[in-house]
Amino acid sequence: MSRTRAVAVVAALWPTLAWAHTAQGRAEGLLAGLHHPVSGLDHVLAMVSVGLWGAQLGAPAVWLLPVTFPMVMSFGGMLGLMGAPLPGVEIGIALSGVLLGLAVLAEWRPSLWAAGVIVGFFAIFHGHAHGTELPAGASGLLYSIGFVTATGTLHVVGIGVGTIHRWSWGRIVLRGAGGLVALAGAFFLWRALA
Amino acid sequence: MTGRTMRRSIGAGVGALLVPAPSYAHLVNTGLGPFYDGVSHFVLTPEDLLPVLALALLAGQRGSRAGRYTLFALPLAWLLGGLVGLALPTMRDTPALTAVSFMALGGLVATEARVRPEWVCSLAAVLGVVHGFLNGSAMSQAKLGILGLGGIVSTLFMVVALAAAMVVAIRVPWGRIAVRVAGSWIAAVGLLFLGWSLRTATG
Repeated sequence: MSRTRAVAVVAALWPTLAWAHTAQGRAEGLLAGLHHPVSGLDHVLAMVSVGLWGAQLGAPAVWLLPVTFPMVMSFGGMLGLMGAPLPGVEIGIALSGVLLGLAVLAEWRPSLWAAGVIVGFFAIFHGHAHGTELPAGASGLLYSIGFVTATGTLHVVGIGVGTIHRWSWGRIVLRGAGGLVALAGAFFLWRALA
Repeated sequence: MTGRTMRRSIGAGVGALLVPAPSYAHLVNTGLGPFYDGVSHFVLTPEDLLPVLALALLAGQRGSRAGRYTLFALPLAWLLGGLVGLALPTMRDTPALTAVSFMALGGLVATEARVRPEWVCSLAAVLGVVHGFLNGSAMSQAKLGILGLGGIVSTLFMVVALAAAMVVAIRVPWGRIAVRVAGSWIAAVGLLFLGWSLRTATG
């Protein structure tokens, strides 16, 4: 009997080929990536503002800014993932809300490259914050896909709302929205400094 | 049956129930056979799907000649690489390769780079051989064999045909901009994934 038990125990513990973990964390990674950019109001306001500002500026800024932001943000995310330190991340994120909101409020029209540099500069802070908060065990690729898709979608929402810029009342509403974003950014800045 | 024999039989039965069987839980297993497993594997594997999509968009941007070249060069190269992978399976995790292919192809689409059709065809051949080889290795280990590879190649043929033809047919300016935006998203995913793979590599 003891021999039979020993055989049964060995058989139970015998490892056989398992591919069970090749795709572990995929759904979790995608959902985490999709959720992360919309999880904080400071991120959401800045990303929507990029779309609003692009819509105010018109072509080619209307598509160039929303292309610049995810790409540079991914670079910031890469730095965050690699553990490269970036000082004042929360302050940078809050300032992005203030400045982008003010740009929409004032219908500021800098040169295209200047607008791209401003958007790209703040995108690094947003990306770094996201990169450092990648949940452990999640699929990096699916997280990245969800993250970029959600960010881009927020820009598209901003551009969509920004199409009201063609009407005079729409321009006033957009500027008002910019003012609200700037106020919210100021609140986040105060909280980051406190 | 004596009590001793009974106990032995129960012990052996419990032991047999506890033996862990091979698990295919996370390789795509449709239950419809290896061909459809290959189809599903391609569609549900962004490491393969996104570079192919980016290449198809690039081919479409460069016109119908580049599209025609890619339509045949990519599946043929994929098949060739896959057959080699089936014969010489060496399964490796290649996150850096995935990231670089995303960045390179997505970047070319985002900038609407003026790549000659012959070069697009060369890119298709390189992408096909490399990814096909990796797929072939995976197929070999999963015992999907040449039918699984056939499912992958058939699907990517259709993906290239549809995506490239759609881009070639675009006439409105915002449509071309949407394609460039899609390319930038793919490049951005590659950049972020590169950071993730570097973090994983360095622990």
